[in-house]
Amino acid sequence: MTAGLDGGARPALVAGMRLQYEPAQSAHVLLYPEGMVKLNGTAGAILERCSGERTLEQIVADLEKSYGASGLTKDVSAFIAYALEKHWLELRA
Amino acid sequence: MSAPAVAAPAAAGGVGPPLWLLLELTYRCPLHCVFCYNPTDFANTGPELTTAAWLRVLEQARALGAVQLGLSGGEPLAREDLEQIVARAHALGFYVNLITSGIGMTEARIRALKDAGLDHIQLSFQDSTRELNDFLSSTRTFELKAKVAGLIRAHGYPMVLNVVLHRHNIDHVGEILALAERLGAQYVELANTQYYGWAWLNREELLPSRAQLERAEAVTNEFRARVGQATKVYFVVPDYFETRPKPCMSGLGSLFLAIAPDGTALPCHAARMLPGLELPNVQHSSVREIWYESSAFNRFRGQGWMKEPCRSCPEREKDFGGCRCQAYLLTGDPDNADPVCELSPHHHRVTEAVARAEAAAGAPRHAGEHRLVFRDHRTSIAVTTLMPRKPQAG
Repeated sequence: MTAGLDGGARPALVAGMRLQYEPAQSAHVLLYPEGMVKLNGTAGAILERCSGERTLEQIVADLEKSYGASGLTKDVSAFIAYALEKHWLELRA
Repeated sequence: MSAPAVAAPAAAGGVGPPLWLLLELTYRCPLHCVFCYNPTDFANTGPELTTAAWLRVLEQARALGAVQLGLSGGEPLAREDLEQIVARAHALGFYVNLITSGIGMTEARIRALKDAGLDHIQLSFQDSTRELNDFLSSTRTFELKAKVAGLIRAHGYPMVLNVVLHRHNIDHVGEILALAERLGAQYVELANTQYYGWAWLNREELLPSRAQLERAEAVTNEFRARVGQATKVYFVVPDYFETRPKPCMSGLGSLFLAIAPDGTALPCHAARMLPGLELPNVQHSSVREIWYESSAFNRFRGQGWMKEPCRSCPEREKDFGGCRCQAYLLTGDPDNADPVCELSPHHHRVTEAVARAEAAAGAPRHAGEHRLVFRDHRTSIAVTTLMPRKPQAG
């Protein structure tokens, strides 16, 4: 999957998916028809930035800035590839 | 009745929130399906909650952490305030699923529902052919449903079809899937009948044979191989043919809260039948009191209620002893293991029902001959005397 995932790709939630923070679970959840995935902090932070407007490069830069980290490209790409496989995300042109 | 695919509650050890809320808004329904899981004596339950009462339930449940919402019935479109209920649910942050036969859906209503924030629609079909669809639901609805499928697509919703399978339509699975493909369905749930309510009343007429089931699964697999991701098919095997029980509701009182039309709170759709449960009502108690404090919702939490073979079984963590309603219907004791489990001393009651289905499948009848009881109001009034709510003897 990473083959098709270049830095200019703009990931976005698939129609019908909704991301929101649930205080009762102290976590972001991904909601879809008749189901739900509870996300860990990292997954929530990445998906929150997948608006369909930002490129992968921009998402990584934003995360590195927010968390005062560097070298996140590989981990973020891997998670986005996973989310594409699960049909949580799609790529916009 | 499909178990909600919701993650396990966060709270380890303690009681998590009712993540999945189902509102059965009404028992009114234009269809008369022979496999309906609604209670057979629905006509003898109290009046439907008012709009204000439903909105209060939504607010209270959301405050506890409920997030997936199912709106069903009966036929939820029979409620004229459905749009209002959807709008409030959406504003509160629920993911709102409508579970409908499509009867009552119009261009104006689907537009209003979409504007109100409805997230998802699941449309039920009784069969692929007009004749059987109309016969099994005792109505003339097939063309209307096909039209509603068009509305659902036109308004940008994924087309999700649910078809309940049983002896009389399981041989049509190929045609059902072809219809789903023609309607542009993205998901099809082929849900074998589960035997509660009207389906329990009709069980001897509805249970398929093992050969029918195997053919249907083979046809489904061929379809999957041909169509791939374009139409995803979920085939729900009838648990009578299994040797281990389903993890019903992930254990009662763990995730799922249903509210019946009269406000009765249920730890599963069918729990009204369970003996000795004092079911609370949202008209008298808050959702918080119901979920955390009521005896009914605490009755089957944890493992203290279990008997052998469940009590010492390593699989009890996985299947929670199976379905309490099925245990009660088939063994007379809701604390017993679900007799679908081959470790249950009552497992023969399941295998005997399957054996009778095999025999019935081998004895063809004249066309039109059947002993099905259709779900309708008049029968429901009579049915408490026809068939008292007690488990099968023997």
